[in-house]
Amino acid sequence: MAERERRITPPYGGVFVPRTRVMDADDCNRAIWRMAHEIIERNHGLDTVHLVGLQTGGVPFAEKLAGALTAIDGTEVEVGSLDVAFYRDDIGLRPVLPEAVTDIPWELDGQVVVLCDDVLFTGRTIRAALNALNDYGRPRAIQLAVMIDRGHRELPIRPDYVGKNLPTRRDEVVDVATDGVDLGEMRK
Amino acid sequence: MKHLLSVDDLDGADRIDEVMRLTDAFVEVSARTIPRVPALRGKTVAWLFYEDSTRTRLSFETAAKRLSADTMNFSVSTSSVKKGESLRDTALTVEAMGVDAIVVRHGSAGAPHRIAQWVGATVINAGDGWHEHPTQALLDTYTIRDKLGGLAGRHIAIIGDIKHSRVARSDVLAFTAMGAEVTLVAPPTLLPPSLEGWPVRVSHNLDAVLPTVDVAYLLRMQRERMTEALLPSLREYTACYGLTTRRVDLMDDKAIVMHPGPMNRGVEISAEVADLPRSVIVDQVRNGVAVRMAVLYLLLGAGTDLVAPDQEPDRS
Amino acid sequence: MSERQGTTVIKGGRVVDATGERAADVLVQHGQILAVGPDLDGDAVIDAGGCIVAPGLVDLHSHLREPGKEEAETVETGARGAALGGYTAILAMPNTTPAIDSAGVVREVLELGASAPCDVHTSGAITVGRAGQQLAPMAEMAALGVRIFTDDGAGVQDNRLMRRAMEYASGLGVTLAQHCEDDALCGGGHMHEGAWSSRLGIPGQPAEAEELMVMRDIALARLTGARIHFQHLSTAGSVRMVAEAKAAGLLVTAEATPHHFTLTDACCASYDPVFKVNPPLRTDADVAAVKAALASGAIDAIATDHAPHTTEDKEQPFDEAPPGMLGLETALALALTELDLPIAQILALLSWRPAAILGIGHVHGGPVAEGAPANLCVIDPSATWVVDPVALASRSRNTPFAGRTLRGKVRHTLLHGEPVVLDGVAQR
Repeated sequence: MAERERRITPPYGGVFVPRTRVMDADDCNRAIWRMAHEIIERNHGLDTVHLVGLQTGGVPFAEKLAGALTAIDGTEVEVGSLDVAFYRDDIGLRPVLPEAVTDIPWELDGQVVVLCDDVLFTGRTIRAALNALNDYGRPRAIQLAVMIDRGHRELPIRPDYVGKNLPTRRDEVVDVATDGVDLGEMRK
Repeated sequence: MKHLLSVDDLDGADRIDEVMRLTDAFVEVSARTIPRVPALRGKTVAWLFYEDSTRTRLSFETAAKRLSADTMNFSVSTSSVKKGESLRDTALTVEAMGVDAIVVRHGSAGAPHRIAQWVGATVINAGDGWHEHPTQALLDTYTIRDKLGGLAGRHIAIIGDIKHSRVARSDVLAFTAMGAEVTLVAPPTLLPPSLEGWPVRVSHNLDAVLPTVDVAYLLRMQRERMTEALLPSLREYTACYGLTTRRVDLMDDKAIVMHPGPMNRGVEISAEVADLPRSVIVDQVRNGVAVRMAVLYLLLGAGTDLVAPDQEPDRS
Repeated sequence: MSERQGTTVIKGGRVVDATGERAADVLVQHGQILAVGPDLDGDAVIDAGGCIVAPGLVDLHSHLREPGKEEAETVETGARGAALGGYTAILAMPNTTPAIDSAGVVREVLELGASAPCDVHTSGAITVGRAGQQLAPMAEMAALGVRIFTDDGAGVQDNRLMRRAMEYASGLGVTLAQHCEDDALCGGGHMHEGAWSSRLGIPGQPAEAEELMVMRDIALARLTGARIHFQHLSTAGSVRMVAEAKAAGLLVTAEATPHHFTLTDACCASYDPVFKVNPPLRTDADVAAVKAALASGAIDAIATDHAPHTTEDKEQPFDEAPPGMLGLETALALALTELDLPIAQILALLSWRPAAILGIGHVHGGPVAEGAPANLCVIDPSATWVVDPVALASRSRNTPFAGRTLRGKVRHTLLHGEPVVLDGVAQR
């Protein structure tokens, strides 16, 4: 789990304790390949498609997705990264420091951006990401790919591509790592 | 950290590093088509400038605007101060307008410290007397890190009127905290009367120092120093301590030249040297905006001191 | 009519004066001490159990601000604070507006002091308007009882003028007191020049600015044979020169303030001008030297340099605020708390030696004995209290000792037999 997530999830400074393995590495791979196919199908190819991973959990996910897209379609897909710290609506309420510098080295006007994140929860990060992208240009379309949709939305946001829908309790924590996905909770 | 009054408030290299990393993010923001983020929407930042300083005020104002903060200018002309309002009354008046931060520039050392004792708002020192100018030191640190990859083990010469320089005092604290070696180069009349506790070396011979420096940091030489019998003449100062083309040749090829501005071309720095690629004075100004964004964001937005232990997790 | 009518007895205390120490009651009538001895009775009884009964204290250095700056202090409020601090006589400094540089202003200040709860003496300026240009009419002021002349707030800069002043003063039998500060060398300094001023970026004034004038005035004392009193000495160098001058037989006396033996320039790190004073707070080494000189007698007296300033005046940046701090109500307790000296020696520094310098030893500071004027203070040497600026009698609040716990409290003060302070409460 990302350092930032760990830092800002109560109890602060706790550690993630896994309870159930939800997906193993193979499950994850299969989901990524399926989502890659869906992205190509939906966009009739990859001509104008760019992936933008959300710092920090979304970036490795976006890279894996890009690898699958290239393997299927044969076209190189560019991956950018976006840190939404400055756009969050909870600035001043909690420690919100950017994890890394945003890197979106292309013109976005007229392009399709697939935002990639590991876990979709309340939707507030995606709201911040949509605002942030606006400051980089005017994409033709923005789509959303997430590895896990755990529900509990607080904003009218839904993903276009989902690795797995995972019903959770609010106080549970989902950890997406390279070797699989765990459900558990934070303990001090 | 509630206020930024001195580089010491950052409490060493870790916190300065944090400002540097945050500045990286704001350099990226500043390079965008729309160089503005909503981070400080709804916050108000006021300028309380008792000394004219167009460049510092503009830099802070640009930084605040790029963070979407509202700004207001409470410019105090020296004449109205002389009419007798106490510093405290002025500070309380500004605060009563509902500001979140007050950026203070004052000709008296410690004025921002006093204001911080009286008001609830965050106070940022934008230069107080001969004392400190912490955001200048942070932008200098950022510029050196950017140009040379870091400060640890680097040799930085600060040259000129150290005694009357708030920039020098803040730079010494920041540079040495980041592991650089600092040599002060000045005639004894322009050094502070005591350097007890300053982790620096001192030289009165610029030619001897230049071959080993990674950074030659020049301070502005003010003409009024001549009338205080601190120097015989500007000409003599330039002859002994001015960075001329001949002296630049003594420096390592990769060494850089810095200046907090405004420059006196032909006095502390020759016109040709100021325009060399190794002179990074314009980069300092550019980085100043991003550094001040980082400072404002850290003090007003990051909320590192505001974490409520029982707060609802907000993960998305 | 009984012989004992209208008597007051101070009961159960230990009398300490220049002649020694003894357990005794003190009987007072008509402003005079009627008897000193065991088991005395009087119409009124003032309890002094566990307390020291001593001659009233004498301050050589009070700024009473009247005329001209009554919002900071008046003769009356200053004198009330003095009484609460155990003083029965104080010497007003001449840096008022207008300056006390003529018989007219001297008369005004003496009249203001006539009804005060403490004897108010005044100094006179050495030069007209304290401007350092022209001698003030010293003879005219001396005729009204002025015994000490000073330009305090500034030193007399001009060497020739100072020589003339000393020569002229010696003819009048009065004493010149000098605020030692070489203006040129101070050059706009606002604190002691050293490691702290360098770090804080506050313009400093070197110890040598004081020492140069001490050195000059010692030389002029040798030249003229005149008497000179050095005010508020603050540096190790000054103290050493004064000790040497005394050893050489010159007519030199000196005072030191409580803040110069308790506080250092490190206090200025808060940038609070309550710590701004002239001469400035110095280093640990200087504090140690001043303490040693108080112990050895090289410094004759503790003087407060009580300098009230309004809160507004101190709510300015350090370099814009006026110098000075309150002293009358804390001096004795600071001496008792901070000086490791026998009580008799501390009282000598605060009472009979300054009284002698001021030439009022026959009224104040003299031995507690039958027939002497009843100017007395009763001190509880073990009582502790916390300095609260709001609780002070002064019109101003600029004490640097706020929040400090001190040992030793004045319980009663008698001025010419009248209790002006009883149980720590001013009676008028």
